[in-house]
Amino acid sequence: MTNKLSIELDPRQIRRRKVLNTLFSATIMILSILSIIPLFLILTHIVKEGFSAIKPEFLVSLPKPVGEPGGGIANALVGTIMLISIATILALPVGIGAGLFLAEHPKSKMGELVRLSVEVLQGIPSIVIGLIVYMICVKPIGNFSALSGGIALAIMMLPFIVRTTEETLKLIPTTLKEASLALGAPYYHTILQVILPAGLNGIITGVLVSIARIAGETAPLLFTAFGNPFMNMNPLKPIATLPHLIFTYAISPYDDWHALAWGAAIILLAFILLLNFGARMVAGKFGMDHSA
Amino acid sequence: MNQLENPKIDVTNLDFFYGASQALFDVNLKIPSGQVTAFIGPSGCGKSTFLRTLNRMNDTIDGTRAVGKVLLDGQDIYAPTTDVVSLRKRVGMIFQKSTPFPKSIYENIAYGPKLHGQKNKPILDEIVESSLKRAALWDEVKDRLNKSALGLSGGQQQRLCIARAIAVSPDVLLMDEPASALDPKSTAKIEDLIEELKGDYTIVIVTHNMQQAARVSDRTAFFFEGKIIEYGDTTKIFTQPEKKQTEDYITGRFG
Repeated sequence: MTNKLSIELDPRQIRRRKVLNTLFSATIMILSILSIIPLFLILTHIVKEGFSAIKPEFLVSLPKPVGEPGGGIANALVGTIMLISIATILALPVGIGAGLFLAEHPKSKMGELVRLSVEVLQGIPSIVIGLIVYMICVKPIGNFSALSGGIALAIMMLPFIVRTTEETLKLIPTTLKEASLALGAPYYHTILQVILPAGLNGIITGVLVSIARIAGETAPLLFTAFGNPFMNMNPLKPIATLPHLIFTYAISPYDDWHALAWGAAIILLAFILLLNFGARMVAGKFGMDHSA
Repeated sequence: MNQLENPKIDVTNLDFFYGASQALFDVNLKIPSGQVTAFIGPSGCGKSTFLRTLNRMNDTIDGTRAVGKVLLDGQDIYAPTTDVVSLRKRVGMIFQKSTPFPKSIYENIAYGPKLHGQKNKPILDEIVESSLKRAALWDEVKDRLNKSALGLSGGQQQRLCIARAIAVSPDVLLMDEPASALDPKSTAKIEDLIEELKGDYTIVIVTHNMQQAARVSDRTAFFFEGKIIEYGDTTKIFTQPEKKQTEDYITGRFG
């Protein structure tokens, strides 16, 4: 019976630890490689299948009737751009306003309510949002429309814009606001001239990312924008969109329609990657240098 | 002592509350015109809170309340008829951390004058130049007025903030530890500037640095636990304080 603590290490145990360490490092390395594979597969596959479909006429012509070769996605391109514009116009002021309120009054009752609502809204399945918009918008208007689709997408964008605006503005030191107030600037002037410009890059980044998130949404458009084989510029009429066109063409039994679906997928993906890239540029280039 | 018969700022029986907790207790103080008055005291003693009651900057914090009288040139700044915007135009403020707006140097200085209705470009140019000269910054920035103010060094940014405050021609400048984030050389420049500006402006400065208070101020108030313990001529406070607490603080026995 000795009371002395032994600090001698068993050589077998040392070896065991070394093996476990190596094993562990190797495992997380392999898992991280696994995480790259999906994107790699998607990109290679889409490019392989769809690249042949992309010709100049693909972008500017309308879909052809069944049996006729060729045709393009001009209607869906226009539709997607119109829907994104409508959604952004609707979601931007509401989202920035609410984000500003949250940043200014984080502890207020109203702030708590807004924060909770936005969090719950973010978790609502997009198909449900489509259903609700169908009830409150499509039915009263009497037909499917680009406007309804835009509203559905705006509801999906809103939580992103609110949260990124809030997060961005919270990073701006309060003394910047106080410095403006101390010069005698009214509150609204301070917000519009100092606070929002200081957070502009962060807000733009958030908006671009939120557009990228909704650009590929299909479910909420099924019974709002509905789709349209023809060119439509009227926001009150049904309209085609890229994701919806991909869906329709992909489930069709025709090989050349499948090719069109792959082609449209490339265009949609390129658009979304471009938005994400743009968001990174804005965030990285100007950054949050008001602390400098 | 006769400057105190007609003080710039006259505070009587001021209590201040953050929600339920009281931060200032029955503060009475007369701040003479055209001089530098320093507030010293340990952290949390209420000196910054008190400074911020003088331009009602505490109004921006929810749940705060001031009870008592703060007279600026004889007018109660807490009276319901007082317009906070015109009050703050007369009482400028410099913060511990320099706060340049993310705009050009020119736009930083022109911000206040534009806000108060000055739209004439030649006059704005003149205000920008004279304010920057007054803040001893003109020679360093005159060739890059349109460059971002965020590119200036810390000391330059703080002088820019002083120039920006001066540009709306206030009577009073409140400085909340204006040099505590700066290196000794920049600090010396700010102190020289305070020396330059007094006379034209009534300056009230909060500082942690007792040597700084001794160097720049004419009068000093020692705050402790939300009360003014002692207030008087700086030389007297630092050489023959009347209260034991003041002496202990100044000699470094606590704080």
